Amino acid sequence: MKPAPFEYHQPRTVAEAVELLATLDNAKVLSGGQSLMPMLNMRFVVCDHIIDLNGIDELAYLREEDDELRIGALTRQRDIELSPIVRKRLPVLAEALRVTGHTQTRNRGTFAGSLCHLDPAAEQPAVALLCDAKVVATSRRGKRTIPMAEFLVSYMTTRLDPDEIVTEICLPLWPKRHGAAFLEFARRHGDFAMASAAVMITADAAGMIERCAITIGGVGAVPIRLKPAEDSLRGKPMDDTHFAKAAEACADIDAMDDVHAPGSYRRQLARVLTARALRQAADHLMNRS
Amino acid sequence: MSMHRITVTVNGRPHEVEVEGRMTLADMLRHRLNLTGTHLGCEHGVCGACTVLVEGRSARSCLMLAVQADGTSIETVEGLGAPNGSLHPLQDAFIAHHGLQCGYCTPGMLMTLVELLRENSEPSEEMVRKAISGNLCRCTGYQGIVDAALTAAAAIGRQKKADRA
Amino acid sequence: MSSFKFIGQPIARIEDDALIKGAGRYVDDIHLPGTFEAAFVRSSFAHAKIKSIDASAARAAPGVHAVFTYEDIRPLLTQDRLPLELRLDPLPPNITPYPLAKDEVVFVGEAIAVVIADSRYLAEDAATLVDVDYEPLPAVSDCLKATEPSAPRVDTRQNSNIVKEFRQSYGNVTAAFVNAPHRAALKFKTHRGCAHPIEGRAVLANYDSIEDRLTVWDSTQEPHDVRGFLVTLLGLNENQVRVIAADVGGGFGCKHLMYPEEVVISALSRLLRRPIKWIEDRREHFLSAIQERDQYWELEVAFDGEGRLMGMRGRMIHDQGAYTPRGTNLPTNASTALPGPYLLPNLDLHVIVAETNKVATIPVRGAGYPSANFAMERSLDHIARTLKLDRYEVRRRNLIPPEKMPYKTGLAARSGSPIVYDSGDYPKMMATVLEAIDYAGFAGRQRQAREQGRFLGIGMGMGLKGTGRGPYESATVRIDRSGKVSIFTGAVAIGQGLKTALAQICAEQLGVRPSDIAVVAGDTGAISLGLGAFASRQTVMAGSAVHVAAVAVREKTLKAAGEILEVGAEDLELRNGRVEVKGVPNLGLSFGEIGLAMAGVPGYKLPGDLPPGLEHSHNFPGTSLTYSGASLAVELEVDPETGHVELHKIVVVNDSGLVINPNTVRGQVIGSVVHTLGNTLFEWMGYDDQAQPVTTTFADYLMPTAPEIPRIEVILLEYLGKNNPLGIKGAGETACIPVPGAIISAVENALEPIGVQIAEFPLSPARLYELICDARERPQ
Repeated sequence: MKPAPFEYHQPRTVAEAVELLATLDNAKVLSGGQSLMPMLNMRFVVCDHIIDLNGIDELAYLREEDDELRIGALTRQRDIELSPIVRKRLPVLAEALRVTGHTQTRNRGTFAGSLCHLDPAAEQPAVALLCDAKVVATSRRGKRTIPMAEFLVSYMTTRLDPDEIVTEICLPLWPKRHGAAFLEFARRHGDFAMASAAVMITADAAGMIERCAITIGGVGAVPIRLKPAEDSLRGKPMDDTHFAKAAEACADIDAMDDVHAPGSYRRQLARVLTARALRQAADHLMNRS
Repeated sequence: MSMHRITVTVNGRPHEVEVEGRMTLADMLRHRLNLTGTHLGCEHGVCGACTVLVEGRSARSCLMLAVQADGTSIETVEGLGAPNGSLHPLQDAFIAHHGLQCGYCTPGMLMTLVELLRENSEPSEEMVRKAISGNLCRCTGYQGIVDAALTAAAAIGRQKKADRA
Repeated sequence: MSSFKFIGQPIARIEDDALIKGAGRYVDDIHLPGTFEAAFVRSSFAHAKIKSIDASAARAAPGVHAVFTYEDIRPLLTQDRLPLELRLDPLPPNITPYPLAKDEVVFVGEAIAVVIADSRYLAEDAATLVDVDYEPLPAVSDCLKATEPSAPRVDTRQNSNIVKEFRQSYGNVTAAFVNAPHRAALKFKTHRGCAHPIEGRAVLANYDSIEDRLTVWDSTQEPHDVRGFLVTLLGLNENQVRVIAADVGGGFGCKHLMYPEEVVISALSRLLRRPIKWIEDRREHFLSAIQERDQYWELEVAFDGEGRLMGMRGRMIHDQGAYTPRGTNLPTNASTALPGPYLLPNLDLHVIVAETNKVATIPVRGAGYPSANFAMERSLDHIARTLKLDRYEVRRRNLIPPEKMPYKTGLAARSGSPIVYDSGDYPKMMATVLEAIDYAGFAGRQRQAREQGRFLGIGMGMGLKGTGRGPYESATVRIDRSGKVSIFTGAVAIGQGLKTALAQICAEQLGVRPSDIAVVAGDTGAISLGLGAFASRQTVMAGSAVHVAAVAVREKTLKAAGEILEVGAEDLELRNGRVEVKGVPNLGLSFGEIGLAMAGVPGYKLPGDLPPGLEHSHNFPGTSLTYSGASLAVELEVDPETGHVELHKIVVVNDSGLVINPNTVRGQVIGSVVHTLGNTLFEWMGYDDQAQPVTTTFADYLMPTAPEIPRIEVILLEYLGKNNPLGIKGAGETACIPVPGAIISAVENALEPIGVQIAEFPLSPARLYELICDARERPQ
């Protein structure tokens, strides 16, 4: 299982990388390699050029700035998972990363790479959508910022133009006091999620839900924000009855069918996980008071 | 296709190799440097038999290109023991706890666990099992491997205390 | 057994020293200068005529030395097809594979052409350039459908999709059913998947023109058979072919076969006079290594008011795949394994071995026993449910009691010998495992859990495995003139600790440390006869051969030493590689000194006129099997909202007779359990209705991983085997047998309030959820 031949390029700057991407035909961008390399090895992907971004040191950073978490495209999942900033300000991301693949894959895999690959069952796109992330895309033509909801187009298809690479992802931060939970149903630890539910939640002084975000992953072709459920929960108490009712919104998800599970079962998982994640996020919030 | 001249330090020794862009790190280690201890079990990044440490971090060498290892420091199973022939505590523990049968997944298991024990000197059984969740073994059912890791952790801990004393 | 010094000791394995350092020598680790590498072009259709093959572009590709199809290969061979393994099995002709597909392909992955190039990378590049013009034909994907009269032919070169039909019968089943107060009609579907050793198949063939010998390093479980088949196919004699199983990274049955690839690589090495290597990649393993797959069981069970079995009858349809390379021992085993440790007075089972357009099935670890055990254990659960009896009370009433041992089952093995269970106390094994898992306390645990809205379940099953299959295994034990003790055997080391066990048995006789004994296994150049690693046989058969040979060498050594020292042999003892006068350690000889004396000097007599050398060879004969047993209990929890099953605890009671090394026997038990645990909850080798495989990577085919496995407690009991002097029984497979039945029983037990009934495995969460929904919708 060996890759087909290609020319290998290792740009040292973003400018070099986008110049290569604009000028080379049939080129693929390589970052973590945990998704692309298997496809190259199995010859599911055959290309003439590989543009390896791993030499672009300027792209490896993680910082908190202007109430946002800014993650450079070459930041490894493992570094995000272990980052004290992430654990403090965006715990849902750390929680999701703990069940994303395995240590070996997180050591190499990048957050940006997972978003670009956009496997429906991947955890990171779901968290990015939960956070209303902004994806910074750079090409020879310049830079632009794409809101996450727009970035997700369809099954394994993003809004990126063929000559663009993702250089940064900005995650707007929630207030320090918020509840968060990431739950997934996977066949084995580390497997892709058959369904995942990510929740962030804040409450007012009376304990009523102020702000709520819910994302379902693994069920549709792309992660889905459960906006109707989020809306229905605003102003409500954080009890299981309301959580169960909100979870009913999963019945309307257009769920994927495949050899491993029918759509109806994925919707069931989404419903169960949503209710449980809401409960867990609420408990998390209560514990932080 | 172009060839690339790279320098890789493996188990402390520098090597200069000329490789094709598409050659995987695993194949370079096995066939160009004759370090055949790192094994190939799937070549699509699931079985973990090819796990090595790159700059101290576990990685699936079947999912890295040899060129990507240029200028890096790599550790493989061949570098685990001491120069005088004594074994790493994990290796001793694997033998004591029957943590290997056919031996094919073993190098990958060892390198994965070396990383775990460097980061966490007192892992629980659950942590050990999660650490090796990316390594498949068809022979042992994992129990001997888990027991070996826990024993090795304790041995390393004791050695550290003794060194500090 | 406390009277042994080395046998029964948990000594460190002699195999580990090299393997733990990454210094193993698996086939792909062997680097011969000038080796060419092979890549195979494989069928992408499950069934098609090959209209033409255009390899011209491939032949011109960089680094390519040759591309071969069937037409090119056939002149190098003496016959069209591979020989039938287990050739004494009566079967129709034309059922074995071709070395490369001839005119027609009958499963996805069938090898059509081979590219020989400077590297695997270049060989694969060229393989994509081979243009095969297919004419698709209808494909058969399900073995039940294959038996229908209107079904398309799996292989147009055959007259039928049915390879074989046979019956397993004894007693009077008709009378039993007429008289039975209770009858049940039950259907089961069992499925096992791929073997998936972490090292795939691999072969390196090197034709040495100076010695006129082909040396084949082969990751195989049967080097002597491979040598024999190559000799036949290449028209050579045995001196011209040597097959060596170097370090083998697991087998689990898939390497107990000679494949087309081994034939092609060997033939081409001779033709091109070069070392040629083929290393299977994982995708090739999914497509073209043998598997086990589906069996459909349709049974009627007759029982009395006390829950005792009166008879079973019905049929089992087995998915054979498109070829039958190795007889039909798999469905035969399944049919004879149905009664297991239970009293079944009457049986009539009709077995249909049906072809499908998929890769061939031959035994994977367990060899048909797990599927049969599932059918029996589920039937017993049904009886318990019908009569509202405790599941294990029903089993108590049906288990063969110890006073009936040795127990003649009424069945016959494929050799014709009656199947007789030689030793074991089955009720005690069940009682022991139930106590160990605290079955008595379970009802309370379950009730408490239910109050919390949690669903706990418990299940138990018990299976037997015929082990120590003959007709023989070989061993030579030798003390050479350096004093070194060596064992040569036709047995094969595939990870199970064979070398250590044999060394322990030998050490027991010769008094040297096992780590000082050299064990040469799996090399046709070292010993001329051997059968190899399968059916949990080698500790029994090779162990017994080593034992007999070591006893003989011990006696001769003592005799020779006595002659040299002029002392009676009874006054001598073996200690640490020396023969010494008892109580006078200074008066003695080293093994080397005796070995040197026994090598002789021209013109001089040998000590005591004894025959020369200190070695003995023995082929230990085996005509009957010795029955190993395992009872297994599992406690688990089910989440009915998701279908998730979480295993909490597993206990196994394993009888493998005399335990040579408790560490390695425990390792085999745990490894066996996890294998069929995988088959029960995770592994599914899926095909669509056009027989296209849909699970072809480890991302889709789920192997069990460490976090999902609970701690497995192993209790070893020893009921000595009766077919060998030491009383050993095999341990490689037994514990895998009761796993599916026990887990599924436990899941049903957990979901009793909902009334779910499960008659299949594997059981995915999605499928379990579907069954739960069905049960909830059914009127109670």
